[in-house]
Amino acid sequence: MNTMNPSLSNENVQRDTAEPGAEGGRGKPAEGVIEYGKTVGTPFSDNPKFSLRDVDVFYGQSQAIKSISLDIAKNEVIAFIGPSGCGKSTFLRCLNRMNDSIDICRVKGQLELDGQDLYDPKRDVVELRARVGMVFQKPNPFPKSIYDNVAYGPRIHGLANRKSELDDIVENSLRKAGLWDEVKDRLDAPATGMSGGQQQRLCIARTIAVSPEVVLMDEPCSALDPIATARVEELIAELSESYTIIIVTHSMQQAARVSDRTAYFHLGHLVEVNKTNKVFTAPEHELTESYITGRFG
Amino acid sequence: MPHQKDDVYGDHISHQFNEELAELKTEFLKMGGMVEQQLNDAVQALVEGDSALADEVRARDKAVDQMEVEIDEEATQVIARRQPTARDLRLVVSVIKMVADLERVGDEAKKIAKFAIGLAEEGKAPRGYVEVRHIGNHVATMLHDALDAFARLDSEQALQIMKEDKRVDEEYQAATRSLLTFMMEDTRNISRCMSVMWVLRALERVGDHACNLAENVIFMVKGEDVRHTSMEEAERVVGHTRG
Repeated sequence: MNTMNPSLSNENVQRDTAEPGAEGGRGKPAEGVIEYGKTVGTPFSDNPKFSLRDVDVFYGQSQAIKSISLDIAKNEVIAFIGPSGCGKSTFLRCLNRMNDSIDICRVKGQLELDGQDLYDPKRDVVELRARVGMVFQKPNPFPKSIYDNVAYGPRIHGLANRKSELDDIVENSLRKAGLWDEVKDRLDAPATGMSGGQQQRLCIARTIAVSPEVVLMDEPCSALDPIATARVEELIAELSESYTIIIVTHSMQQAARVSDRTAYFHLGHLVEVNKTNKVFTAPEHELTESYITGRFG
Repeated sequence: MPHQKDDVYGDHISHQFNEELAELKTEFLKMGGMVEQQLNDAVQALVEGDSALADEVRARDKAVDQMEVEIDEEATQVIARRQPTARDLRLVVSVIKMVADLERVGDEAKKIAKFAIGLAEEGKAPRGYVEVRHIGNHVATMLHDALDAFARLDSEQALQIMKEDKRVDEEYQAATRSLLTFMMEDTRNISRCMSVMWVLRALERVGDHACNLAENVIFMVKGEDVRHTSMEEAERVVGHTRG
């Protein structure tokens, strides 16, 4: 069943390549502390949206992700945390094949969305990215009007037959993103004139306008002030009723606030996945504990 | 993975955070030392009929209360400023709960001191002092060991204290039975025996508080709550190795 793209699987790359950007200084954990490919906690689910097995990711000769296996359950909010360079963003970008655009990046392993191979060469990547939307670190609205930003996706995917249908989609998306009341009187204004927090919520509205099943968020609040952050977090809680949400964050408090499960990455390994309640009170792995308590990172 | 280092709270990137947690631990142990002294002095004052010492105990209780307030304040500040997690969080939360137990032990000592004064005024030692001395020593040791287990993060020792509490309860039952027989033998004993009963009751409560401290130490070390569970469950938690 695992029909991987041959161009992705026929590589024969040495496994233990040097790790770029490994952290130094005090409290530096030895690589030997991590049992290769072994994750503590509860990485698997009975009801997976994504089923990911033995995933390796390489950038040229260097291996960024080392044999990670993880399920992401339907309608859960899972947070990926870990020090810079631990592979959390790389792993996130595998889930809607954003890594395809990086020439030297190769993905190996079994990655399935709803039981279907994510890297099937016959898969339509545009359709995939409509199902698995993404919100980035910096808000990146198109240099268009607020309305056109949200309407862009539904238009190219042909989701609306009439102007009134498109209007409804735009309004609903902006409402879900908690932005409608702030912008309803200036939908024709350029999106770039909005505040940073508004732009990020606009990007979320743009993502959900195409009715995705999964929303990937790569540090969605790192450029926002605390109030805008609180709004986005509130939004995550509301969206989790209908979407599966995977959030990469450098803020451990944010992971603790918004997620159901937390996954701790370290030097390309998935060290621990557990209920967020457990991770932040009694983590199982020493490395998780060291990171979340501020002993290195 | 066992914690091999003495100071598992001292290796944060933030030195300030290390110092705040160390301060919290030190203050807690200082309060523990005060309360131990209060208990020992109260029992001694009673057994030896030393009203002056009993007065001192009663006067010093205010200082114990003040420490409870200060430690709670420090712990609140750590939460507000540091948002502690994992073992740091368990330390802070446990300290908040444990200072309440220590403060109650202080209250029990004050209560014993009050009875010590009353009994000393009535004259010679009544029956039951042997039991007071015995149970007093027993719970004082438990309290001492609980503070020791906290300082050394020793969950095995904490488990032993939980077991000792069962023995204190048995000793308390036996002591009250013998006091009842004294009261039945001679009704003139009743008033004094009742006072001793109250003292024994206070000491039995001190054992319960030491047991609470021990349960919190196990939570700090193991991350699992063993309150209101069976002894078998507590043994499993303590024997259970992490990772």
